[in-house]
Amino acid sequence: MRGRARGREDLLAKVVVITSGKGGVGKTTSAAAFAAGLALRGHKTVVIDFDVGLRNLDLVMGCERRVVFDFINVINGDANLNQALIKDKRNENLFIFPTSQTRDKDALRREGVERVLEELKQQFDYIICDSPAGIEHGAVTALYFADSAIIVTNPEVSSVRDSDRIIGILASRSRRAERNEPPVELNLLLTRYDPGRVARGEMLTVDDVKEILSIPLLGVIPESESVLRASNTGTPVAFDEDSPAGRAYLDAVARFLGEQREMRFVQPERRGFLKVLFGRA
Amino acid sequence: MRLFNLFFPPRPTSAAIAKERLKIVLAHERAGSQAPDFLPRLQKELIDVVGRYVEIRDDMIRVNLGKSGETSLLEINIEIEGAKAKATSAASAVPA
Repeated sequence: MRGRARGREDLLAKVVVITSGKGGVGKTTSAAAFAAGLALRGHKTVVIDFDVGLRNLDLVMGCERRVVFDFINVINGDANLNQALIKDKRNENLFIFPTSQTRDKDALRREGVERVLEELKQQFDYIICDSPAGIEHGAVTALYFADSAIIVTNPEVSSVRDSDRIIGILASRSRRAERNEPPVELNLLLTRYDPGRVARGEMLTVDDVKEILSIPLLGVIPESESVLRASNTGTPVAFDEDSPAGRAYLDAVARFLGEQREMRFVQPERRGFLKVLFGRA
Repeated sequence: MRLFNLFFPPRPTSAAIAKERLKIVLAHERAGSQAPDFLPRLQKELIDVVGRYVEIRDDMIRVNLGKSGETSLLEINIEIEGAKAKATSAASAVPA
């Protein structure tokens, strides 16, 4: 079932914000992987960098040398949408919308963002918004228009606390909240999970975090060498289907699309004789 | 093993400690986020008013909106122990 095939009339594009409050938990990695996963499933997807001034999505997506116009240029009317959108070279359904490296976060005016999102909704099935860290203007702008939010959380106290804050902000300051519409759909994505440390009582368990934040769990991404390898080469990790993290993201995307999938990578991996010998995960 | 645990209770894991600390701090913060937003202003004005009569630091006034059974309670704690009374100007400007 392809998103596009259903036609634009009965399938309104969905705006999904990838957010966390805390920095460095894997928002951009997750935004890139999630967008790639949706594109692999045949949905026309654009991923937007909302981190004005600290552009990084372009690097993670491997299109940093192709950026000409950006989000702010389009908001200000200096360029049109199709001049700024970068088509991914690996998947025809995937587009990247980079942000400005030179402006500051206040350049994101809400009316301008709304106009651009409305225009994107005419062309895409999913609009993935990669939020900046924090709870300031940029982060609130990124989540304001969301229909759905993916809360990226590490199994670590400060990340869980900040996720709780962001959940509160989604419930009170999003457009859906202001208009008394059905609330933004919330989903938890637990990243950098280390089942071995969990088993030794050194890390919060999936169930701990789920219980504390009490939102549905979309997926658990294991701590994996493949994530750094992917960002080194500018490849969304979901394109690396041999890696545990890549497979975990693809599972999360499938659940997001309504499929039932068993949680993998939450049990410590049994290390085989060869792995012990060569010490590679 | 059980007998051993009785005499030497196992120490909670660091993950268990993390969970407990999080539960407590989040219960506190979630309650705080529902507090009406006039509280900080009230606190600031109280500091101004009380400050005209006694020397007071910001952290010596605590304002809380709580519940006791059916009734809502506005709780104002002003700590003035050891605070010096201001004899002059402001206090004397108000007729007794």
